[in-house]
Order: sequence, then C-alpha cells, then structure tokens
Amino acid sequence: MTAAPAEPAGGRRRRRNLLASIATPLLDTLTHPHGPDRYLEMINPAWSTREVRAEITGVRHRSPGTVTLLARPNRIWRGFRAGQHVALTTDIGGVRRSRCYSIVSSEHGPARQLEFTVHAEPDGLVSNHLQGIRPGTVVGLSQALGPFTLPDERPEQVLLISGGSGITPVLSILRTLRDEGRAESVTFLHYARTAGAVAYRDELDELAASGVRMLRSYTRGEGGELSGRFNPLHLAGVPADVPAWVCGPATLVETVREQWARPAELRTEHFTPPTPVAPVIDIGEPTGEIVFAGSDRRAANTGAPLLEQAEAAGLRPAFGCRMGICFTCTRRKTAGTVRRIDNGALSTGPDSDIQLCVTVPVGDVTVEL
Amino acid sequence: MATPQLAPEQLDAFGKEMDALRRRVVAQLGETDANYIRRVVDVQRKLEVTGRALMFAGVFPPAWIAGVIALSLSKIIDNMEIGHNVLHGQYDWMGDDALNSRDFEWDNVTVSELWKRSHNVQHHTYTNILGKDRDIGYGIVRITPEQRWNPYYLGNPVYAVLLSIFFQWGVMLHDLEVDQVVSGKKTWAEVSADGKLMARKALRQVGKDYVLFPALSGPFFLHTLAGNAAANLVRNLWSFAIIFCGHFPEEVQTFTEEEAANESRGQWYVRQLLGSANITGSKLFHLMSGNLSHQIEHHLFPDIPARRYTAIAVEVREACRRYGLPYNTGRFSKQLASVARQLVKLALPDRKQQQAPVDGAAAVRQAVAA
Repeated sequence: MTAAPAEPAGGRRRRRNLLASIATPLLDTLTHPHGPDRYLEMINPAWSTREVRAEITGVRHRSPGTVTLLARPNRIWRGFRAGQHVALTTDIGGVRRSRCYSIVSSEHGPARQLEFTVHAEPDGLVSNHLQGIRPGTVVGLSQALGPFTLPDERPEQVLLISGGSGITPVLSILRTLRDEGRAESVTFLHYARTAGAVAYRDELDELAASGVRMLRSYTRGEGGELSGRFNPLHLAGVPADVPAWVCGPATLVETVREQWARPAELRTEHFTPPTPVAPVIDIGEPTGEIVFAGSDRRAANTGAPLLEQAEAAGLRPAFGCRMGICFTCTRRKTAGTVRRIDNGALSTGPDSDIQLCVTVPVGDVTVEL
Repeated sequence: MATPQLAPEQLDAFGKEMDALRRRVVAQLGETDANYIRRVVDVQRKLEVTGRALMFAGVFPPAWIAGVIALSLSKIIDNMEIGHNVLHGQYDWMGDDALNSRDFEWDNVTVSELWKRSHNVQHHTYTNILGKDRDIGYGIVRITPEQRWNPYYLGNPVYAVLLSIFFQWGVMLHDLEVDQVVSGKKTWAEVSADGKLMARKALRQVGKDYVLFPALSGPFFLHTLAGNAAANLVRNLWSFAIIFCGHFPEEVQTFTEEEAANESRGQWYVRQLLGSANITGSKLFHLMSGNLSHQIEHHLFPDIPARRYTAIAVEVREACRRYGLPYNTGRFSKQLASVARQLVKLALPDRKQQQAPVDGAAAVRQAVAA
C-alpha cells in the first residue's frame, strides 16, 4: 500500500486550501472594489488571479504574410490537448479584439510555452496586426477550447488531412504523436497552393524522415507526392477503419465530408473567414432575420431599432433613456451587422456589445437576449 | 441674461450641429483615449498604494499627512475621472472588462448598478426637470425656487453642510428611492433588495478602510483609521462641491414636466445646456473634477470620453454665441459662492413679488408651444 506517502501531500494541500480560504477574501477586501489584478499588473502586466494572460516571448517570420509567435502564459493557464485552439485578445487602436488561433505546440513541449502561427488574412484586422507584434507584449488568452483532439487512448493508426493554414492544429497532433514515438502511425495529407506556401516546410520533411507517411499536394505547383484537390483516391493504402482529422478552409472540409465513404470516424475543424465589412450602408428595404439567442425567438427585421423589435417580439429587455446615452440596454451581438442610427457606424464583428435602442440590424443578426 | 428666443427651425439647426459635433468626435476615438484612461488608472493606483503605505508610518505626522493627501487624490480620481466616466459607458467601446460600464465598481459606498439607474437614466435623460430629476437637491436641500418652500427648509444650509460631509452615504441612500414608494413607483420589496446590495457594498468599504487596513497597521490602528476617514471626507467634500457647482449655481435653469414633454432633439440639447454650468480651471483641475468642470459638454455628450470635453467646449461655446444661448461658466470660487448664496437664500420663504419667468425655460416653453 502507498497510503503513507500520500498523507503529507494531503496535509500540505489542506494547509494550502486553508491558507487560500483566508487569504482570498482578505485580498479581495483589501483590493475592493477593483480586485487584486489591478495591483498585480503594476508589478507584471501578465500577472492575474483570474484570467489567462501571456507574454509574447518570440516572434519569427518564416514566410511573408505569416508570423510564428511564442507565448508564455501565466499560472492561470490549465494546459491544452493537441489540436485545440484559444481566443487570443489584443488591443488594436485602443479596442480589445479577440480571434481564435490553433496551438501548434506538442502536448509534450515546455509546459509554459505555446506556439501559434498566424497567417495574415486579407482585411484581417487581428491577423495583420499580429504580424507586427513585438516580444514583451502581453496578450489575453482563453483557456484551450475545442473538441478537435485525439482520444487519450491513441488509435493504432491516424489519418490527418489539412489545407493551407489549417495545418496548425494538425501539426500540434503530429508533433504530439511524434513525441510519443508514434510517428509511424500517422498518414498526413496536406494541400497547399505551392511548395513555397507551406508553413513549416522543413519540419514536415523532418517528420517524414522520422516515419510519418507524408503526402503533399500542390494545387498550383509541382513536386508533391499527390496532385490536385482532395479526392478519395488520395487515401489509397489507408485502411478504411483509420479515424481521420481534417482541418482547413470550408471548401476542403466540405469536400472531404461529402466524399467520406468510410466507416471510420471523421473529425473536422474549419476556419470561418472573417465577416466581410459591408461596403455600402444600405438604408433601403430592411432585410434579414433577427435571432434572439437567449430566448430562442426569431423575428423578421423591420428596420426599427433592435430594442423596439425585441419588444415587438414579446421580450422585455432592460432599458433606460432609449436615446443611446445610458447604456442600460447594452447587449452582446454574437453575429451579423448592425448600424447605429445616430452616426451610421457599422458594427460587423462577432461578439460585440451594442446598444439596442440606437442600433438597427443590417441583414441577419443574432443578439444574446 | 438675454432671453434666448429660438424658433423651432433654429432649435433643429442647433440640434443638428450638436449631432454633427458628436459624430466628428466619436469617429476620432481610439488609441490616445485608451492610453489616457489607462494612464489615469495607473496614476490612481500608484497614489492609492503610496497612501496606504504611508499610513502605516502614520505615527509620524508628515507621513500621515502625505498619506491622507495621496489617498484622497486616489479616491477622488477613482470616483470622478475614472468611476463616473467609466460608468457612463465612455470607454465601453474599448471592450476592456476592467473599464466597462456594466461591471465597473468604484471606491465608495454607492452601488454602481443602482447609481447608473438614478444618474445615467433619470438625471441625464430628465436633467433639471422638477419631479423627474431626483438629483435636484437630492431630496434633502432646496436648491431652486421652483421647489415649494416649507419650514423644513429653514435648516437648508445645515443640511447642505451635512450632505457634503457624508456625501457618499447620501448618494448611496438617495438610490434607495424611498420617495418612490410613497408615489407608488417602487415597492418595499424592491427597496429591500436594493438595500441589501447597499449593505453588502458598504460593509466591504467600511471593512477595508476602517477595520482591515487599520488592523494591518498594528499599534497604529487609530492613525490609519483616522487617515482613511480623512481621505473619505476630503473626497466627499470635493465631489459635493464639484457636483453642486455643475447644476445649482443661480442662473442654471430648472424645467417643468410640461415644458420638457415631447421635446425635439434640439430642445433636449438646449435643456441640457441651460441646466448645467461649467467651472474654469487648469488641466489638473479638470482631471481632479473628472472633467465635470465641463458639465455642459458632459450633459450634451455624456458618453464621450471626458478628456475630449475641453476641445468640444470651444465649439459648443462658439455655437451658443451664434444662437444667442447662454453658456454658464466661471471660476470655482464664483460658482461655489453662487451655490452657497442660493442655499442660504432658499432656506427662507420666497419674497412677495414673483421673479421674472426664467429665461431659458421660456425659450423651450415657447418652442414647445410653437
């Protein structure tokens, strides 16, 4: 039995819990109402008692339009599983912006070092901003998110498929399996425009050398092991019962899904392209549908302010001045575009807080209400 | 003061100008505003930490005095330039949870959630409308002749002094809205729910300033307790003075519900203008008053970051000159003296002869009738 050595550890934990149960409310009261973080930041901006923040410790430009970041999360970070992503938050022009990026690191890498590779999207506010980020900058992170992961009990064989920048979570899985000595269990199909457009090109060669079955296809170039877009023939030699993970642009993911005639499980992840900014403010006929996500109601957009439309739909959101000055009716818009009636400003991004009384929907909108 | 006689189309034009000014400023908001408010937060917390630390050495009078000064400044900046303005949603566009009107709490006993209701909604929407703006005299003092006199008001100056000393408690209890129960707008159950929120917040504030930090000072318990009480008092007196100068100097107008019924956007702007008064001063003075020294601009554009008011004021004042609208501004001493005169004068019943109808109100009244 090994009960004896467990006791001191349990005692330590109990003492630590006791200490925390006294120290936490004490610290909260001493720092009331702002909380300890406001003061911890004075010593180190990455310190926090509640939220994950990370210092950017390395910035590398492997190819034009792509940046690889190394980040050191604080102690609130609870770790990740290969294939997961985080919402990364940074200030641009004074405004906090959040986007999801896959972790590229192996599960078995250094505990507090995360690697991300960010491809600059056309019109991508955050992805372009991150190209110029400096080491030492502190960014916000969510905990690791997403079900695009390997089971704890590793499958005998694994099929990984990725396209373009969709390589990032797949590479995390690849690296993890390699570190576990399972490189030879992996078949990896990767689709890119040209050989030069492949991020981590050298590393893929190394992985191939260590036993990964590497099949690359360049849709606009020569030199891959495969050619053209995905088709089921590319899976020749992969047993039908091998579970697969596919990540990439929506078109690739859809193609694979449609043509998947195998019994094995297929897990997918795709990157939604950033919402295009509406080029013209169309003040013509109101279009689209409003989804009140919190109450599961829907209504056709009448062009009236959201507050009035919510009330017409039978909802009773809190409100105050009804003229945009008191912020009582502020709610989160999770999708779609709204226009402020006072200055015509458009809010296009997901997860933005809007004032219901002075905004009208432009097309489909989803509000947490 | 000249009587502004604005035709409806002039009122509309004035409203459009103010809307355009607003759009111009909102379009410029960005990194400089974000950096500014974060810098102010940084100064505030440094003052706070310094003040609390000095208090531990409070047995030495110079350290105690320096500690009280630092902590007073911290509380004033926390409540005014940061708290008041953040709770107005001036920085909501930044998307920073620490500076967001929904979640922010300030370093005083007032519950921000309840204060936003009485301040942002009632006071700012219905500014200086007797019977709707509960901030007129806070239900305690008589500050405008339109409040009907009764013998209770003989104590007016005394009530004002007491209110200034216990200002944070006064503002907190004001949000209970007990008067609304009498008029049937609020139930006792709602009052009791609000009261619980207040008790919880007040307990933590009192616990921090009057129990925990003194206890941490060990043998200097009483020094720290007295120092913290002094800092709270300084903040109370200062915020009372700034706020009363913003709405209650003699020339500032009050309105009746009829006058303000169905008002246009232009009329709303004019009422905000006539119901507010500015205080001139240095950059430091504006910071320490939370830029409420630009009360007029704040009431025209309550959700625009307050650091912008100085620049906005130049344009507002120029527009007022063109439209012949009064623009009430003056030195702190002048505005404060005016408030004090008003408080004393209104303690007594009104003199026989009725004063001439109030100018600004007349403008709006006339426009409504038109």
